[in-house]
Amino acid sequence: MPINYYIFLSIALFVIGIIGVLTRRNAIIIFMCIELMLNAVNLMLVAFSKMHHLANVAKDASAGIDGQLFVFFIMVVAAAEVSVGLAIIVMMYRNIHSVDVNFLNRLKH
Amino acid sequence: MTITQILFWALSALTVFSALMVVVSKNPVHSVLWLIFTFFCISGHYILLNAQFLFIVNIIVYAGAIMVLFLFVIMLMNLNESSEPKKNRWLRMAGVVAGGCLLLVFVAALKNIDIKKQIAETNTGDIGLIQNLGQALFNEYVIPFEISSILFLSAMVGTVVIGKKD
Repeated sequence: MPINYYIFLSIALFVIGIIGVLTRRNAIIIFMCIELMLNAVNLMLVAFSKMHHLANVAKDASAGIDGQLFVFFIMVVAAAEVSVGLAIIVMMYRNIHSVDVNFLNRLKH
Repeated sequence: MTITQILFWALSALTVFSALMVVVSKNPVHSVLWLIFTFFCISGHYILLNAQFLFIVNIIVYAGAIMVLFLFVIMLMNLNESSEPKKNRWLRMAGVVAGGCLLLVFVAALKNIDIKKQIAETNTGDIGLIQNLGQALFNEYVIPFEISSILFLSAMVGTVVIGKKD
């Protein structure tokens, strides 16, 4: 498939994630939209790695393998991030009995 | 139109639709289920690109572990539509317009890039197989791999410390 299809698909997913972060107030949904953006970037990295592989396979048999390893490390970081983030959300729910991010304005006062 | 193209378009349409449903759904549990569906569609894209290791890791780690964690937390808090706060309509519209502007900028900037004609190889190529990825991971990327284990350990300690009832 031509690479620009993958570019535009990833852009669409990324922008949907951004719109979700901007329009929703539920902290968990905002978190899920961040996961969606991470996945858009992952898809882009895999598509670029396959493109690079096809262009450079004659010089180097493992060209483009770094892109897929970066995706693997992004997944590792995302898993760690989700565990800490959900712990923070549970803590917030325990303290203010809501997951609405608009109640998190204590620094303003 | 080959079968790869048909699969690509069908998967793309499903991915974008389910991603939209994640944002639109009022009930957080429905949002999580749509997000799991999105991840399965993205896994389908990976297998179309012959990235088999990432396909299986995406299903096990994302759709399996992370989304179950989300479901647990949502069910722990007993959230449903009635607990969803009312939001100012103008603010919501401003968010959509801002996202649309970002989409416009991205598309305008990337419309005429010079790699546009290059092909992302589908169905063939063996860099996505677990043998090649494992060799690269444990040879040149062994230090980042070990550092990520420390990251996991610190994330685990942090989660326990934050989640502890004091």
